[in-house]
Amino acid sequence: MKELTLETLIAVFEEIFGRGLFWAMVAAAVVVTMAYLYVLIRDRAMSMRKFLWAQLSMPFGAVPAVLFVQEMTHSHFRDIGGPVNVIVLLGVAAMGAIGAAILVYTAQSLLRRKSA
Amino acid sequence: MNPLQTPLTRRGLFGLSLAGASLAALGLPARATKARIVIIGAGAAGTALVNRLVQRLEGADIAIVDARAEHLYQPGFSLVAAGLKPASYTVSQTTDWLPEGITLVAENAAAIDPVAKTVATTSGQSLSYDFLIVAPGLVLDHDAIPGFSLDMVGQNGIGARYAGPQYAAKTWEAAQKFTEEGGIGLFTRPATEMKCAGAPLKHTFLIDDIASRGGAAGKYEIHYAAPQPATFSVPIVGEKVRMLFEERGFIPHMQHKLLSIEPGQKRATFEKTEKDAAGVEVRSTVELPYDYLHVIPPQRAPEVIRQSGLSWADKWTDQGWVEVDQKTLRHLRYPEIFALGDVAGVPKGKTAASVKWMVPVVEDHLVAAIEGREGTEVYDGYTSCPLITRVGRAMLVEFDYHNNLVPSFPGMIAPLEELWISWLMKEVALKATYNAMLRGKA
Repeated sequence: MKELTLETLIAVFEEIFGRGLFWAMVAAAVVVTMAYLYVLIRDRAMSMRKFLWAQLSMPFGAVPAVLFVQEMTHSHFRDIGGPVNVIVLLGVAAMGAIGAAILVYTAQSLLRRKSA
Repeated sequence: MNPLQTPLTRRGLFGLSLAGASLAALGLPARATKARIVIIGAGAAGTALVNRLVQRLEGADIAIVDARAEHLYQPGFSLVAAGLKPASYTVSQTTDWLPEGITLVAENAAAIDPVAKTVATTSGQSLSYDFLIVAPGLVLDHDAIPGFSLDMVGQNGIGARYAGPQYAAKTWEAAQKFTEEGGIGLFTRPATEMKCAGAPLKHTFLIDDIASRGGAAGKYEIHYAAPQPATFSVPIVGEKVRMLFEERGFIPHMQHKLLSIEPGQKRATFEKTEKDAAGVEVRSTVELPYDYLHVIPPQRAPEVIRQSGLSWADKWTDQGWVEVDQKTLRHLRYPEIFALGDVAGVPKGKTAASVKWMVPVVEDHLVAAIEGREGTEVYDGYTSCPLITRVGRAMLVEFDYHNNLVPSFPGMIAPLEELWISWLMKEVALKATYNAMLRGKA
Protein backbone atom coordinates (compact mmCIF):
# COMPACT_ATOMS: atom_id res chain seq x y z
CA MET A 1 0.00 0.00 0.00
CA LYS A 2 1.27 3.40 -0.89
CA GLU A 3 -0.68 5.62 1.46
CA LEU A 4 -3.00 4.97 4.34
CA THR A 5 -5.40 7.85 4.77
CA LEU A 6 -8.27 8.28 7.21
CA GLU A 7 -10.60 8.18 4.23
CA THR A 8 -9.13 4.88 3.04
CA LEU A 9 -9.36 3.50 6.55
CA ILE A 10 -13.04 4.40 6.81
CA ALA A 11 -13.65 2.89 3.38
CA VAL A 12 -11.89 -0.28 4.56
CA PHE A 13 -14.13 -0.60 7.61
CA GLU A 14 -17.25 0.09 5.54
CA GLU A 15 -16.12 -2.72 3.28
CA ILE A 16 -15.55 -5.12 6.20
CA PHE A 17 -18.86 -4.67 7.95
CA GLY A 18 -21.07 -3.10 5.30
CA ARG A 19 -21.79 0.61 5.33
CA GLY A 20 -24.98 0.44 7.46
CA LEU A 21 -23.59 -1.85 10.14
CA PHE A 22 -20.30 0.05 10.35
CA TRP A 23 -21.89 3.46 10.90
CA ALA A 24 -24.46 1.96 13.30
CA MET A 25 -21.55 0.57 15.33
CA VAL A 26 -19.73 3.91 15.19
CA ALA A 27 -22.91 5.67 16.35
CA ALA A 28 -23.38 3.15 19.18
CA ALA A 29 -19.76 3.60 20.27
CA VAL A 30 -20.10 7.38 20.24
CA VAL A 31 -23.36 7.30 22.24
CA VAL A 32 -21.93 4.94 24.87
CA THR A 33 -18.71 6.98 25.17
CA MET A 34 -20.65 10.22 25.55
CA ALA A 35 -22.88 8.64 28.19
CA TYR A 36 -19.77 7.36 30.02
CA LEU A 37 -18.21 10.83 30.03
CA TYR A 38 -21.53 12.23 31.19
CA VAL A 39 -21.76 9.95 34.23
CA LEU A 40 -18.10 10.55 35.10
CA ILE A 41 -18.63 14.31 35.07
CA ARG A 42 -21.97 14.04 36.84
CA ASP A 43 -20.69 11.79 39.65
CA ARG A 44 -17.24 13.45 39.87
CA ALA A 45 -15.82 10.07 40.88
CA MET A 46 -15.29 6.51 39.73
CA SER A 47 -17.30 3.99 41.67
CA MET A 48 -15.05 1.02 42.42
CA ARG A 49 -18.07 -1.22 42.90
CA LYS A 50 -19.36 -0.41 39.44
CA PHE A 51 -15.85 -0.70 38.10
CA LEU A 52 -15.59 -4.23 39.52
CA TRP A 53 -18.70 -5.28 37.65
CA ALA A 54 -17.35 -3.57 34.56
CA GLN A 55 -14.12 -5.58 34.84
CA LEU A 56 -16.02 -8.80 35.32
CA SER A 57 -17.93 -8.10 32.12
CA MET A 58 -14.76 -7.71 30.05
CA PRO A 59 -14.49 -11.33 28.82
CA PHE A 60 -18.08 -11.10 27.66
CA GLY A 61 -17.01 -8.29 25.37
CA ALA A 62 -13.67 -9.74 24.30
CA VAL A 63 -14.79 -13.18 23.18
CA PRO A 64 -17.77 -12.09 21.06
CA ALA A 65 -15.65 -9.35 19.46
CA VAL A 66 -13.11 -11.94 18.27
CA LEU A 67 -15.80 -14.34 17.07
CA PHE A 68 -17.59 -11.50 15.29
CA VAL A 69 -14.47 -10.43 13.36
CA GLN A 70 -13.69 -14.03 12.44
CA GLU A 71 -17.24 -14.59 11.21
CA MET A 72 -17.07 -11.45 9.10
CA THR A 73 -13.77 -12.46 7.47
CA HIS A 74 -14.16 -16.24 6.86
CA SER A 75 -11.42 -16.85 9.43
CA HIS A 76 -10.79 -19.27 12.31
CA PHE A 77 -8.41 -19.69 15.22
CA ARG A 78 -6.42 -22.16 13.10
CA ASP A 79 -5.36 -19.21 10.88
CA ILE A 80 -3.39 -17.53 13.64
CA GLY A 81 0.15 -18.00 12.37
CA GLY A 82 2.69 -15.38 13.46
CA PRO A 83 3.02 -12.93 16.33
CA VAL A 84 1.47 -10.05 14.40
CA ASN A 85 -1.72 -12.07 14.10
CA VAL A 86 -1.79 -12.64 17.85
CA ILE A 87 -1.36 -8.89 18.31
CA VAL A 88 -4.26 -8.17 15.98
CA LEU A 89 -6.39 -10.78 17.73
CA LEU A 90 -5.54 -9.39 21.17
CA GLY A 91 -6.28 -5.90 19.86
CA VAL A 92 -9.74 -6.96 18.75
CA ALA A 93 -10.29 -8.70 22.10
CA ALA A 94 -9.07 -5.64 24.03
CA MET A 95 -11.42 -3.37 22.12
CA GLY A 96 -14.30 -5.72 22.85
CA ALA A 97 -13.32 -5.89 26.53
CA ILE A 98 -12.98 -2.13 26.95
CA GLY A 99 -16.22 -1.55 25.07
CA ALA A 100 -18.07 -3.97 27.31
CA ALA A 101 -16.55 -2.46 30.46
CA ILE A 102 -17.52 1.08 29.49
CA LEU A 103 -20.99 -0.07 28.52
CA VAL A 104 -21.57 -1.92 31.79
CA TYR A 105 -20.16 0.90 33.94
CA THR A 106 -22.28 3.47 32.14
CA ALA A 107 -25.41 1.36 32.26
CA GLN A 108 -25.02 0.85 36.04
CA SER A 109 -24.47 4.55 36.61
CA LEU A 110 -27.46 5.55 34.58
CA LEU A 111 -29.80 2.91 35.97
CA ARG A 112 -28.74 2.50 39.61
CA ARG A 113 -27.34 5.81 40.70
CA LYS A 114 -28.44 5.58 44.31
CA SER A 115 -26.89 2.20 45.08
CA ALA A 116 -23.34 3.35 44.34
CA MET B 1 9.33 28.27 -4.94
CA ASN B 2 7.79 26.53 -7.89
CA PRO B 3 4.68 28.53 -8.88
CA LEU B 4 2.68 25.31 -8.74
CA GLN B 5 3.43 24.74 -5.10
CA THR B 6 1.14 26.45 -2.67
CA PRO B 7 2.43 27.48 0.72
CA LEU B 8 1.46 24.97 3.36
CA THR B 9 -1.71 26.00 5.11
CA ARG B 10 -2.92 24.29 8.25
CA ARG B 11 -5.34 22.29 6.17
CA GLY B 12 -2.62 21.52 3.68
CA LEU B 13 -0.36 20.30 6.46
CA PHE B 14 -3.13 18.12 7.84
CA GLY B 15 -3.65 16.65 4.39
CA LEU B 16 0.06 16.10 3.98
CA SER B 17 0.44 14.34 7.26
CA LEU B 18 -2.56 12.14 6.60
CA ALA B 19 -2.04 11.35 3.01
CA GLY B 20 1.55 11.76 2.11
CA ALA B 21 2.93 13.98 -0.58
CA SER B 22 1.11 12.59 -3.56
CA LEU B 23 -2.38 13.18 -2.21
CA ALA B 24 -1.37 16.66 -1.20
CA ALA B 25 -0.31 17.14 -4.79
CA LEU B 26 -3.97 16.82 -5.68
CA GLY B 27 -4.57 19.90 -3.59
CA LEU B 28 -2.43 21.97 -5.96
CA PRO B 29 -4.26 24.56 -8.03
CA ALA B 30 -5.50 23.04 -11.26
CA ARG B 31 -3.47 23.86 -14.33
CA ALA B 32 -5.49 25.70 -16.98
CA THR B 33 -5.12 24.04 -20.36
CA LYS B 34 -6.95 23.36 -23.59
CA ALA B 35 -5.21 20.02 -24.11
CA ARG B 36 -7.24 17.26 -25.72
CA ILE B 37 -6.65 14.01 -23.86
CA VAL B 38 -8.05 10.67 -24.96
CA ILE B 39 -7.96 7.70 -22.61
CA ILE B 40 -8.65 4.28 -24.12
CA GLY B 41 -10.14 2.06 -21.42
CA ALA B 42 -12.25 2.81 -18.34
CA GLY B 43 -10.91 -0.05 -16.26
CA ALA B 44 -8.88 0.34 -13.09
CA ALA B 45 -6.11 2.36 -14.78
CA GLY B 46 -8.18 4.64 -17.02
CA THR B 47 -10.67 5.43 -14.25
CA ALA B 48 -8.03 6.13 -11.59
CA LEU B 49 -6.12 8.40 -13.97
CA VAL B 50 -9.13 10.39 -15.19
CA ASN B 51 -10.22 11.08 -11.61
CA ARG B 52 -6.80 12.52 -10.85
CA LEU B 53 -6.51 14.48 -14.09
CA VAL B 54 -9.77 16.35 -13.55
CA GLN B 55 -8.29 17.63 -10.30
CA ARG B 56 -4.94 18.57 -11.84
CA LEU B 57 -6.15 20.16 -15.08
CA GLU B 58 -8.76 22.81 -15.68
CA GLY B 59 -10.42 23.19 -19.06
CA ALA B 60 -8.82 20.07 -20.54
CA ASP B 61 -10.96 18.23 -23.05
CA ILE B 62 -10.86 14.66 -21.73
CA ALA B 63 -12.58 11.73 -23.42
CA ILE B 64 -12.54 8.17 -22.12
CA VAL B 65 -13.33 5.44 -24.62
CA ASP B 66 -14.82 2.17 -23.38
CA ALA B 67 -17.87 0.19 -24.47
CA ARG B 68 -18.10 -1.90 -21.31
CA ALA B 69 -20.96 -0.77 -19.09
CA GLU B 70 -19.77 -2.86 -16.15
CA HIS B 71 -16.69 -2.18 -14.09
CA LEU B 72 -15.06 -5.38 -12.86
CA TYR B 73 -13.16 -5.65 -9.58
CA GLN B 74 -10.86 -8.33 -10.90
CA PRO B 75 -8.89 -9.02 -7.70
CA GLY B 76 -12.17 -10.42 -6.36
CA PHE B 77 -12.33 -13.21 -8.94
CA SER B 78 -10.10 -15.45 -6.78
CA LEU B 79 -12.61 -15.23 -3.94
CA VAL B 80 -15.60 -15.80 -6.26
CA ALA B 81 -13.92 -18.85 -7.81
CA ALA B 82 -13.50 -20.34 -4.33
CA GLY B 83 -17.11 -19.78 -3.28
CA LEU B 84 -16.18 -17.10 -0.75
CA LYS B 85 -17.96 -14.19 -2.46
CA PRO B 86 -20.83 -13.97 -4.97
CA ALA B 87 -20.18 -12.85 -8.55
CA SER B 88 -21.94 -9.56 -7.78
CA TYR B 89 -19.10 -8.71 -5.35
CA THR B 90 -16.92 -7.87 -8.36
CA VAL B 91 -19.40 -5.91 -10.50
CA SER B 92 -20.26 -2.21 -10.50
CA GLN B 93 -21.10 0.28 -13.23
CA THR B 94 -18.39 2.04 -15.22
CA THR B 95 -20.30 5.32 -14.86
CA ASP B 96 -20.34 4.98 -11.04
CA TRP B 97 -16.66 5.87 -10.97
CA LEU B 98 -16.26 8.54 -13.66
CA PRO B 99 -16.05 12.23 -12.72
CA GLU B 100 -18.19 15.07 -14.04
CA GLY B 101 -16.90 17.21 -16.87
CA ILE B 102 -15.41 14.52 -19.09
CA THR B 103 -16.84 12.69 -22.10
CA LEU B 104 -17.50 8.97 -21.93
CA VAL B 105 -17.48 7.52 -25.43
CA ALA B 106 -19.29 4.22 -24.85
CA GLU B 107 -17.64 2.43 -27.75
CA ASN B 108 -14.42 0.57 -28.30
CA ALA B 109 -11.42 2.00 -30.06
CA ALA B 110 -11.16 0.54 -33.56
CA ALA B 111 -7.98 2.19 -34.79
CA ILE B 112 -5.22 4.46 -33.53
CA ASP B 113 -3.19 6.66 -35.85
CA PRO B 114 -0.21 7.83 -33.79
CA VAL B 115 1.07 10.05 -36.60
CA ALA B 116 -2.18 11.92 -37.29
CA LYS B 117 -2.94 11.69 -33.54
CA THR B 118 -6.46 10.34 -33.90
CA VAL B 119 -8.44 7.48 -32.43
CA ALA B 120 -11.27 5.98 -34.47
CA THR B 121 -14.10 4.29 -32.60
CA THR B 122 -16.17 1.30 -33.68
CA SER B 123 -18.98 3.56 -34.94
CA GLY B 124 -16.53 5.52 -37.10
CA GLN B 125 -16.24 8.54 -34.81
CA SER B 126 -12.79 10.14 -34.96
CA LEU B 127 -11.24 11.65 -31.83
CA SER B 128 -8.21 13.91 -32.17
CA TYR B 129 -5.80 14.09 -29.27
CA ASP B 130 -2.82 15.98 -28.00
CA PHE B 131 -2.13 13.22 -25.49
CA LEU B 132 -3.25 9.61 -25.60
CA ILE B 133 -3.32 7.14 -22.75
CA VAL B 134 -3.77 3.53 -23.79
CA ALA B 135 -5.24 1.46 -20.98
CA PRO B 136 -7.56 -1.04 -22.67
CA GLY B 137 -6.41 -4.03 -20.61
CA LEU B 138 -5.70 -7.30 -22.37
CA VAL B 139 -7.58 -10.07 -24.13
CA LEU B 140 -7.82 -13.70 -23.10
CA ASP B 141 -7.06 -15.87 -26.11
CA HIS B 142 -9.32 -18.83 -25.33
CA ASP B 143 -9.27 -19.98 -28.96
CA ALA B 144 -5.58 -20.74 -28.62
CA ILE B 145 -6.49 -23.88 -26.68
CA PRO B 146 -8.17 -26.38 -29.02
CA GLY B 147 -10.90 -28.39 -27.34
CA PHE B 148 -11.70 -25.61 -24.88
CA SER B 149 -14.50 -23.08 -25.13
CA LEU B 150 -16.02 -20.78 -22.53
CA ASP B 151 -19.41 -22.49 -22.61
CA MET B 152 -17.76 -25.54 -21.00
CA VAL B 153 -16.83 -23.65 -17.84
CA GLY B 154 -18.60 -25.03 -14.79
CA GLN B 155 -19.33 -28.42 -16.32
CA ASN B 156 -17.35 -31.64 -16.59
CA GLY B 157 -14.74 -30.38 -14.19
CA ILE B 158 -13.60 -27.32 -16.13
CA GLY B 159 -12.87 -23.96 -14.56
CA ALA B 160 -11.58 -20.65 -15.96
CA ARG B 161 -11.61 -17.95 -13.32
CA TYR B 162 -10.16 -15.14 -15.45
CA ALA B 163 -12.98 -14.93 -17.99
CA GLY B 164 -15.32 -12.76 -15.90
CA PRO B 165 -17.50 -12.77 -12.80
CA GLN B 166 -20.01 -15.31 -14.14
CA TYR B 167 -17.20 -17.62 -15.24
CA ALA B 168 -15.47 -17.24 -11.89
CA ALA B 169 -18.74 -18.30 -10.23
CA LYS B 170 -19.09 -21.24 -12.64
CA THR B 171 -15.48 -22.15 -11.96
CA TRP B 172 -16.46 -22.58 -8.32
CA GLU B 173 -19.34 -24.90 -9.37
CA ALA B 174 -16.83 -27.21 -11.05
CA ALA B 175 -14.20 -26.80 -8.33
CA GLN B 176 -16.75 -27.36 -5.56
CA LYS B 177 -17.66 -30.73 -7.03
CA PHE B 178 -13.96 -31.62 -6.94
CA THR B 179 -13.67 -30.52 -3.30
CA GLU B 180 -16.52 -32.86 -2.44
CA GLU B 181 -15.70 -35.86 -4.61
CA GLY B 182 -11.93 -35.70 -5.06
CA GLY B 183 -9.86 -37.07 -7.93
CA ILE B 184 -7.11 -35.24 -9.82
CA GLY B 185 -7.07 -31.47 -9.76
CA LEU B 186 -4.94 -30.05 -12.58
CA PHE B 187 -4.07 -26.35 -12.39
CA THR B 188 -2.42 -24.58 -15.32
CA ARG B 189 -0.74 -21.31 -16.30
CA PRO B 190 -0.09 -19.80 -19.73
CA ALA B 191 3.30 -19.19 -21.35
CA THR B 192 2.54 -15.54 -22.08
CA GLU B 193 2.69 -12.59 -19.71
CA MET B 194 -0.44 -12.60 -17.63
CA LYS B 195 -2.67 -10.65 -15.26
CA CYS B 196 -1.79 -11.26 -11.63
CA ALA B 197 0.65 -14.11 -11.99
CA GLY B 198 -0.12 -15.16 -8.43
CA ALA B 199 -3.74 -15.99 -9.21
CA PRO B 200 -3.08 -19.49 -10.64
CA LEU B 201 -1.35 -20.31 -7.36
CA LYS B 202 -4.09 -18.75 -5.22
CA HIS B 203 -6.72 -20.85 -6.96
CA THR B 204 -4.62 -23.99 -6.47
CA PHE B 205 -4.01 -23.29 -2.78
CA LEU B 206 -7.65 -22.36 -2.08
CA ILE B 207 -9.16 -25.38 -3.80
CA ASP B 208 -6.66 -27.66 -2.02
CA ASP B 209 -7.49 -26.09 1.35
CA ILE B 210 -11.24 -26.44 0.82
CA ALA B 211 -10.86 -30.01 -0.51
CA SER B 212 -8.72 -30.98 2.50
CA ARG B 213 -11.59 -30.10 4.81
CA GLY B 214 -14.39 -31.29 2.52
CA GLY B 215 -15.70 -34.59 1.24
CA ALA B 216 -12.62 -35.08 -0.88
CA ALA B 217 -10.26 -35.22 2.12
CA GLY B 218 -7.70 -37.96 1.54
CA LYS B 219 -8.95 -38.86 -1.96
CA TYR B 220 -7.53 -36.21 -4.20
CA GLU B 221 -4.28 -35.08 -5.82
CA ILE B 222 -3.19 -31.58 -6.80
CA HIS B 223 -1.11 -31.20 -9.95
CA TYR B 224 0.28 -27.81 -10.98
CA ALA B 225 1.46 -27.44 -14.60
CA ALA B 226 3.21 -24.31 -15.84
CA PRO B 227 5.44 -23.49 -18.83
CA GLN B 228 7.88 -21.57 -16.63
CA PRO B 229 10.83 -23.23 -14.86
CA ALA B 230 9.72 -21.84 -11.46
CA THR B 231 6.39 -21.39 -9.71
CA PHE B 232 6.94 -17.64 -9.26
CA SER B 233 9.10 -15.21 -11.23
CA VAL B 234 10.67 -13.68 -8.10
CA PRO B 235 13.23 -16.32 -7.02
CA ILE B 236 12.85 -15.90 -3.26
CA VAL B 237 9.06 -16.23 -3.54
CA GLY B 238 9.40 -19.13 -5.98
CA GLU B 239 11.49 -21.00 -3.40
CA LYS B 240 8.90 -20.37 -0.71
CA VAL B 241 6.12 -21.62 -2.98
CA ARG B 242 8.20 -24.70 -3.82
CA MET B 243 8.43 -25.44 -0.09
CA LEU B 244 4.69 -24.95 0.34
CA PHE B 245 4.05 -27.32 -2.58
CA GLU B 246 6.23 -29.95 -0.90
CA GLU B 247 4.59 -29.43 2.46
CA ARG B 248 1.13 -29.85 0.98
CA GLY B 249 2.01 -32.70 -1.36
CA PHE B 250 1.33 -30.90 -4.65
CA ILE B 251 2.83 -32.47 -7.75
CA PRO B 252 4.52 -29.79 -9.91
CA HIS B 253 4.91 -30.19 -13.67
CA MET B 254 7.19 -27.31 -14.55
CA GLN B 255 7.91 -26.38 -18.16
CA HIS B 256 4.58 -27.84 -19.23
CA LYS B 257 2.61 -25.62 -21.58
CA LEU B 258 -1.08 -26.41 -22.06
CA LEU B 259 -1.70 -27.13 -25.77
CA SER B 260 -5.20 -28.59 -25.94
CA ILE B 261 -7.83 -30.44 -23.96
CA GLU B 262 -10.13 -33.36 -24.61
CA PRO B 263 -13.09 -32.68 -22.36
CA GLY B 264 -14.76 -36.00 -23.26
CA GLN B 265 -11.83 -38.07 -22.00
CA LYS B 266 -10.89 -35.51 -19.34
CA ARG B 267 -7.33 -35.31 -20.62
CA ALA B 268 -5.12 -32.31 -21.23
CA THR B 269 -2.15 -32.24 -23.60
CA PHE B 270 0.99 -30.31 -22.71
CA GLU B 271 4.22 -29.45 -24.45
CA LYS B 272 7.08 -30.36 -22.14
CA THR B 273 10.46 -28.66 -22.53
CA GLU B 274 13.58 -30.31 -21.14
CA LYS B 275 17.28 -29.87 -21.62
CA ASP B 276 19.28 -32.89 -22.67
CA ALA B 277 22.82 -33.68 -21.50
CA ALA B 278 24.27 -31.25 -24.07
CA GLY B 279 22.03 -28.46 -22.85
CA VAL B 280 19.86 -28.50 -25.97
CA GLU B 281 16.13 -27.96 -25.46
CA VAL B 282 14.06 -31.00 -26.25
CA ARG B 283 10.29 -30.72 -26.63
CA SER B 284 7.85 -33.54 -26.19
CA THR B 285 4.12 -33.97 -25.74
CA VAL B 286 2.67 -35.14 -22.45
CA GLU B 287 -0.91 -36.06 -21.61
CA LEU B 288 -2.24 -35.55 -18.10
CA PRO B 289 -5.63 -36.74 -16.85
CA TYR B 290 -7.88 -34.59 -14.66
CA ASP B 291 -11.14 -34.54 -12.77
CA TYR B 292 -10.94 -30.79 -12.30
CA LEU B 293 -8.97 -28.64 -14.76
CA HIS B 294 -8.28 -24.95 -14.32
CA VAL B 295 -7.58 -23.32 -17.69
CA ILE B 296 -5.82 -19.97 -18.04
CA PRO B 297 -5.47 -19.03 -21.71
CA PRO B 298 -2.62 -17.07 -23.32
CA GLN B 299 -3.03 -13.32 -22.86
CA ARG B 300 -2.31 -10.63 -25.42
CA ALA B 301 -2.75 -6.93 -26.12
CA PRO B 302 -6.06 -6.08 -27.84
CA GLU B 303 -6.04 -6.23 -31.64
CA VAL B 304 -6.44 -2.45 -31.98
CA ILE B 305 -3.13 -1.94 -30.17
CA ARG B 306 -1.30 -4.58 -32.15
CA GLN B 307 -2.57 -3.14 -35.45
CA SER B 308 -1.66 0.46 -34.58
CA GLY B 309 2.09 0.04 -34.57
CA LEU B 310 2.41 0.86 -30.86
CA SER B 311 3.74 -2.55 -29.80
CA TRP B 312 7.31 -3.63 -29.23
CA ALA B 313 8.80 -4.91 -32.48
CA ASP B 314 11.44 -7.13 -30.87
CA LYS B 315 9.87 -8.23 -27.59
CA TRP B 316 6.70 -10.20 -26.85
CA THR B 317 6.04 -10.31 -30.58
CA ASP B 318 3.22 -12.85 -30.15
CA GLN B 319 1.61 -10.68 -27.44
CA GLY B 320 1.95 -7.08 -28.62
CA TRP B 321 2.43 -5.10 -25.40
CA VAL B 322 2.98 -1.35 -25.88
CA GLU B 323 6.57 -0.15 -26.32
CA VAL B 324 7.06 2.16 -23.35
CA ASP B 325 9.89 3.31 -21.14
CA GLN B 326 9.62 1.10 -18.10
CA LYS B 327 10.20 3.94 -15.64
CA THR B 328 7.91 6.62 -17.13
CA LEU B 329 5.46 4.43 -19.12
CA ARG B 330 5.87 6.89 -21.97
CA HIS B 331 5.93 5.53 -25.51
CA LEU B 332 9.46 5.28 -26.84
CA ARG B 333 8.56 6.52 -30.33
CA TYR B 334 5.51 8.73 -29.70
CA PRO B 335 6.14 10.89 -26.61
CA GLU B 336 2.50 12.07 -26.43
CA ILE B 337 1.37 8.49 -25.82
CA PHE B 338 1.47 6.68 -22.47
CA ALA B 339 0.42 3.13 -21.63
CA LEU B 340 -1.09 2.10 -18.32
CA GLY B 341 -2.01 -1.20 -16.74
CA ASP B 342 -2.05 -4.62 -18.40
CA VAL B 343 -1.24 -3.38 -21.90
CA ALA B 344 2.03 -1.68 -20.93
CA GLY B 345 5.07 -3.51 -22.24
CA VAL B 346 7.00 -3.65 -18.99
CA PRO B 347 8.40 -6.74 -17.29
CA LYS B 348 6.01 -6.82 -14.35
CA GLY B 349 2.90 -5.03 -13.36
CA LYS B 350 -0.28 -6.55 -14.70
CA THR B 351 -2.07 -6.03 -11.40
CA ALA B 352 -4.31 -3.42 -9.79
CA ALA B 353 -1.56 -2.79 -7.24
CA SER B 354 0.81 -1.86 -10.05
CA VAL B 355 -1.82 0.42 -11.54
CA LYS B 356 -2.03 2.22 -8.21
CA TRP B 357 1.67 3.06 -8.48
CA MET B 358 1.73 3.62 -12.25
CA VAL B 359 -1.09 6.18 -12.35
CA PRO B 360 0.63 8.97 -10.36
CA VAL B 361 3.73 8.55 -12.58
CA VAL B 362 1.80 9.01 -15.82
CA GLU B 363 -0.18 11.85 -14.24
CA ASP B 364 3.07 13.60 -13.34
CA HIS B 365 4.67 13.23 -16.78
CA LEU B 366 1.47 14.19 -18.57
CA VAL B 367 0.90 17.35 -16.54
CA ALA B 368 4.59 18.19 -16.89
CA ALA B 369 4.37 17.80 -20.66
CA ILE B 370 1.38 20.17 -20.75
CA GLU B 371 3.43 22.65 -18.74
CA GLY B 372 6.40 22.22 -21.04
CA ARG B 373 8.75 20.64 -18.53
CA GLU B 374 9.97 17.16 -17.65
CA GLY B 375 8.20 14.99 -15.08
CA THR B 376 10.14 13.52 -12.19
CA GLU B 377 8.12 10.56 -10.91
CA VAL B 378 9.46 7.07 -11.60
CA TYR B 379 7.71 3.70 -11.63
CA ASP B 380 10.07 1.00 -10.42
CA GLY B 381 7.94 -2.02 -11.15
CA TYR B 382 6.13 -2.20 -7.82
CA THR B 383 3.51 -4.85 -7.67
CA SER B 384 1.81 -6.67 -4.89
CA CYS B 385 0.32 -10.09 -4.61
CA PRO B 386 -1.59 -11.12 -1.51
CA LEU B 387 -0.76 -14.75 -2.21
CA ILE B 388 -3.55 -16.68 -0.56
CA THR B 389 -2.39 -20.04 0.73
CA ARG B 390 -5.51 -21.07 2.67
CA VAL B 391 -8.94 -19.71 3.45
CA GLY B 392 -7.84 -17.44 6.30
CA ARG B 393 -4.15 -17.06 5.44
CA ALA B 394 -2.02 -15.32 2.83
CA MET B 395 1.48 -14.01 2.19
CA LEU B 396 1.62 -10.30 1.39
CA VAL B 397 4.24 -10.45 -1.35
CA GLU B 398 5.36 -7.09 -2.76
CA PHE B 399 8.23 -6.72 -5.22
CA ASP B 400 9.70 -4.56 -8.00
CA TYR B 401 11.44 -4.83 -11.38
CA HIS B 402 14.63 -6.02 -9.68
CA ASN B 403 12.94 -8.99 -7.95
CA ASN B 404 13.55 -7.25 -4.63
CA LEU B 405 10.94 -7.62 -1.94
CA VAL B 406 9.55 -4.20 -0.99
CA PRO B 407 7.31 -4.82 2.02
CA SER B 408 4.93 -2.01 2.95
CA PHE B 409 5.02 -2.95 6.62
CA PRO B 410 8.58 -4.17 7.28
CA GLY B 411 8.99 -5.79 10.66
CA MET B 412 5.23 -5.95 11.04
CA ILE B 413 3.94 -8.09 8.21
CA ALA B 414 6.53 -10.56 6.99
CA PRO B 415 6.20 -11.06 3.24
CA LEU B 416 7.02 -14.77 3.18
CA GLU B 417 4.94 -15.92 6.11
CA GLU B 418 1.43 -17.23 5.83
CA LEU B 419 -0.45 -14.76 8.00
CA TRP B 420 -4.02 -14.10 9.00
CA ILE B 421 -3.44 -10.35 8.83
CA SER B 422 -2.39 -10.67 5.16
CA TRP B 423 -5.59 -12.57 4.50
CA LEU B 424 -7.55 -9.79 6.18
CA MET B 425 -5.88 -7.34 3.82
CA LYS B 426 -6.85 -9.38 0.78
CA GLU B 427 -10.35 -10.19 1.86
CA VAL B 428 -11.50 -6.93 3.36
CA ALA B 429 -9.03 -4.11 2.92
CA LEU B 430 -8.16 -4.59 -0.73
CA LYS B 431 -11.49 -3.73 -2.32
CA ALA B 432 -11.82 -0.59 -0.24
CA THR B 433 -8.31 0.48 -1.20
CA TYR B 434 -9.07 -0.35 -4.82
CA ASN B 435 -12.24 1.75 -4.74
CA ALA B 436 -10.34 4.64 -3.20
CA MET B 437 -7.79 4.28 -6.02
CA LEU B 438 -10.53 4.41 -8.66
CA ARG B 439 -11.69 7.69 -7.19
CA GLY B 440 -8.13 8.99 -7.47
CA LYS B 441 -7.70 9.08 -3.70
CA ALA B 442 -5.10 6.44 -3.03
